[in-house]
Amino acid sequence: MAFDSGSAAFAPWEDPGQKPLISFKSVTKRFGNFTAIDNLTLDIFEKEFFALLGPSGCGKTTLMRMLAGFEAPSEGTIMLDGQDIGPIPPNKRAVNMMFQSYALFPHLSVADNIAFGLKRSDMPKSEIAGRVEEMLSLVQLSQFASRRPHQISGGQRQRVALARSLAKAPKLLLLDEPLGALDKKLRQETQFELMDIQEKTGTTFVIVTHDQEEAMTVASRIAVVNHGKLVQVAPPDRIYEAPNSIYVADFIGDVNIIKGLAKPESDNRYAIQWCENHAPIIGTSQHAFASDDICHFAIRPEKVSITRDRPTDRTNTMQGKVLEIAYLGNISTYHVELPTGQVIKAQQANNRRISRRSFTWHDSVWLSFTDTAGVLLSQ
Amino acid sequence: MDLRKLFLILVPYSWLLALFLIPFAIVLKIALSDYAIAIPPYVPTLDGIGNWSDFKTFLSELDFENFIFLTEDELYWRAYLSSAKIAFLSTLMTLLVGFPLAYAMARAASEWRPTLMMLAILPFWTSFLIRVYAWKSILSQEGYLNQVLLWVGVIDSPLMILNTNTAVYIGIVYTYLPFMVLPVYAALEKLDDTLLEAAEDLGCSRFQAFWLVTVPLSKPGIIAGCFLVFIPALGEFVIPSVLGGSDTLMIGKVLWEEFFSNRDWPVASAVAVILLLLLILPIVLFQRNEQKQREAEK
Repeated sequence: MAFDSGSAAFAPWEDPGQKPLISFKSVTKRFGNFTAIDNLTLDIFEKEFFALLGPSGCGKTTLMRMLAGFEAPSEGTIMLDGQDIGPIPPNKRAVNMMFQSYALFPHLSVADNIAFGLKRSDMPKSEIAGRVEEMLSLVQLSQFASRRPHQISGGQRQRVALARSLAKAPKLLLLDEPLGALDKKLRQETQFELMDIQEKTGTTFVIVTHDQEEAMTVASRIAVVNHGKLVQVAPPDRIYEAPNSIYVADFIGDVNIIKGLAKPESDNRYAIQWCENHAPIIGTSQHAFASDDICHFAIRPEKVSITRDRPTDRTNTMQGKVLEIAYLGNISTYHVELPTGQVIKAQQANNRRISRRSFTWHDSVWLSFTDTAGVLLSQ
Repeated sequence: MDLRKLFLILVPYSWLLALFLIPFAIVLKIALSDYAIAIPPYVPTLDGIGNWSDFKTFLSELDFENFIFLTEDELYWRAYLSSAKIAFLSTLMTLLVGFPLAYAMARAASEWRPTLMMLAILPFWTSFLIRVYAWKSILSQEGYLNQVLLWVGVIDSPLMILNTNTAVYIGIVYTYLPFMVLPVYAALEKLDDTLLEAAEDLGCSRFQAFWLVTVPLSKPGIIAGCFLVFIPALGEFVIPSVLGGSDTLMIGKVLWEEFFSNRDWPVASAVAVILLLLLILPIVLFQRNEQKQREAEK
């Protein structure tokens, strides 16, 4: 999250007085019989770092290409800064795009690639060199100005592409899987660079990605897209902690889903009957469930504690047998089989040496979690 | 250097030696000889050289007389110049016709491309001579072209196309078109469409994107195509002699007449040697272009 820390939280989407920079109004896009975007309405605000997240083929790229102007909506309108951009061709939009393949011009030097857009604008010739210099230092590539794209590394190419798309100071920058071609380490470094550059330039970024970790790291808000519809639009912590559906809970991170019947207790406390000869799970929910409604209790593995002895201070406890241990270095994930046959994942930080771990495969262990650790989902 | 490497280098070099350098040495030797009524029609010959002094006499009889003759008779340098002009203009015309063709092929749906490619190569399956003669019946005064034009009413009297330079241009453009289309197509087909989208995104109109991205990126193909047309067109003999008129002056035709009508082998050889030297320049440039392209692709 780029902004949510501190007292002055950046949350224009919560302020009804704020005017959105981009708004999709009932936009539908069809390719022949295939509906890529299905009656979608969405507002994106100035200075947001907005992530479109979804599996491949979910329509996120189509959304981006409509913003860039390469596709026109079949129905509905897209407003940019209060103006309907439907009839405006890509070369006349104050929107620039960073392509997944970077699309650097192989016959031009790094500096000429960055200057390409500026030369098509009405910027006076004398200022172009200065602006190119500025962009090169922003992405720390000043000494590579005269190289050709094939003479620099993948990470450097990515930065040239970013500098080129930012050179014209667009109102909106679109990033199509910008880090997809980089290896993991470089990708993580570049994520922070991206956030830094976004803050420095104050540009609105819309990023398309299928990598949930990337979206969680960089975005101020995430839209989870599936089958051309928005499933949930919220800041990363809300998406993770309070998913609105099993789909979102499952798509972002790891999750245990336990199906049961809701029994309201008090206020927003519910007892979830999930197994006949087992005590119900006590959970809380913001959404109301009627008695005997089918519900799904979703809980993240890291919120489930695993111990050798039964803890006394937790609301929910259940016994099981260690089936599988996935050792990831800093953490371990335990697959614990309950007597019902259900497998629950629990995660624990490896803050002790592995040789001193008090349980191993086939050991009987206790799982426990508090009543606020999970969420109740209806679908 | 080990034997294997030596052998690898030896093969192409002996090929070059046998098929290029030795024939060239023979032609050069004839060019330095004198015309004679004999078989073969020049002196001196290498026959009957037994010792070193014989060889010395043989060498002393060689001279540059024929090359000097080429500079004295204006027919020859005018023929070289006119060939260069015809080759240059027809290369330009082939490019003007070939580029849009290659562009259309590269833009066509991918399932159509092999068919279009086939159509471009198809004429090669028929004899080149037959195709050139076919143009005679198209371009002659009673030919199909004139008949169609008269019938449509564009012209009142048949045009004189055959036996003029116009017919030679048409013939060269027709014959060498595939040599232009194929390399340009190869370059255009590799072109990444997102580059054009990027150019548009950065403020280019469609036409600007074509001019600033498509054309520069197809340059290696354009250069290769131009050389592939220019080099053979410069020495072209069949097309000017079949389609051209008496005033069509091309060095290939002069060469043929020198050899077969005049039977002056030494002068003909001198013409050939000069032609070869003139062609080396564009060939070297062509090689350098290929080399540069290969380096850029690394």
